Amino acid sequence: MTTIICRCEDVTEADILEAIGDGCQTLDELKYRLRLGMGPCQGRTCLTLAARILARETGQSIEELAWQTARPLAVPVSLGTLEGEPHD
Amino acid sequence: MIDHADAVIVGGGVNGCALAYELSKRDIDVAVVERDILASGATGRCGAGMRQQWSTRENVMLAKKSVAIFEQLSEELGADIGLRQGGYLVIVHDEEGMQQSRRNVELQRSLGLDVELLGRDEITDVVSVLDVEGMDAIGATFCPSDGHADPFKTTYAYAGAAKRQGARFYRFTEVEDVLTKGDEVAGVRTSRSDIAADYVINAAGAWSKQIASMADVELPNVPYKKEIMVTERMARVFDAMVISFKDGIYFSQQEEGQVLGGIPPPETVTGYDDTSTLSFLQHMSGTLARYAPVLRHVRVLRQWTGYYDVTPDARPILGEVDELQGFIQCNGFSGHGFMLAPIVSRVLAQRIAGETPDADISGLRYDRFTEEDFEREQSVVG
Repeated sequence: MTTIICRCEDVTEADILEAIGDGCQTLDELKYRLRLGMGPCQGRTCLTLAARILARETGQSIEELAWQTARPLAVPVSLGTLEGEPHD
Repeated sequence: MIDHADAVIVGGGVNGCALAYELSKRDIDVAVVERDILASGATGRCGAGMRQQWSTRENVMLAKKSVAIFEQLSEELGADIGLRQGGYLVIVHDEEGMQQSRRNVELQRSLGLDVELLGRDEITDVVSVLDVEGMDAIGATFCPSDGHADPFKTTYAYAGAAKRQGARFYRFTEVEDVLTKGDEVAGVRTSRSDIAADYVINAAGAWSKQIASMADVELPNVPYKKEIMVTERMARVFDAMVISFKDGIYFSQQEEGQVLGGIPPPETVTGYDDTSTLSFLQHMSGTLARYAPVLRHVRVLRQWTGYYDVTPDARPILGEVDELQGFIQCNGFSGHGFMLAPIVSRVLAQRIAGETPDADISGLRYDRFTEEDFEREQSVVG
């Protein structure tokens, strides 16, 4: 239960189970409640683990779970790099 | 299947959830109908600032009362809302802006707000990482009791307290029609069932115009696409939200240490387009690095988009409409819905319950736009 699922934001399996117990049914609700997937990895590490727990606890299949929205950036980039003109 | 409630709230953003709390607190049976999940629209995408520095009397008064509620809201709702009062620092760049700032500060002080006009050299006393030359600043205004709350925590705290008072929340449920009986509202038709109600409250944010049109009420609201970004976390370097009406930028360091902010695109984009753009990322990064050069070393994690539900005078549309009794508007916040939610929800609930309202919102009726002259709020960012 103290297993860390989201390493960036220190979210444990117990945190996720508690949120599901409070009515969370989607990965976005876990994100809003727990900051799951909001850190530097943007969910790359934790989302599949969280999805398995959510699917198991709510009786949904992994395929039917709504995934968190993918947004830029693909990897963290410094402001100093971004402020310059783009190269072709 | 037909369901019943005293009041149906369309939209589970911070305003819808706050209204559900304030109404159920008054023993009014409430159902919230939300198409997606709570806070999935503008609420969960916003900068979540709370600012009292406005150019119109009505907005200053409402914001002041809202902050007073925010200050004790964690205790009232029994859950932490992540409130931080690090102040809002409004950067002034030219003589025209300074004249407007002087007028604003005079008005704000006359209404009892603790706000001060800062000289060029005093800006870095408040936020040390700012570059006065880079910002091209000649001064600033600062209100220390302005600040920020966590939009997710605040919305879920309101919803949790409302549920304990008996409010019902229907997520993943879409409103398909507003039901009427003569000149009175009769309820809503949803993707699950009809819900009969004496009051229907339109708190659907950027989709409020569509909800109103189901009841043949025409709102002037227009959705404006807005972009925003967030950096990685770092140790605390500043407490204030920094904004500029001229550049349109706003940014703050949040509770966890990340810097979050936005800026309008060079050309206004209206309509429903939620794509993230590289031009925003570059414009924001360039402006932010110009304001606070040390942040050049901080990495950006993510950018996303949301909508402002914008009215012709950048002020919300609140209260009853003449055409349809019981159809209440709570929309058109034009980018300021989060910070106004505590007072707006309370006042609307007081009006519905027949109590004396804590604030006069009669100037924010939807039919004000038919008058020749209305006062536009000047202090808008993002």
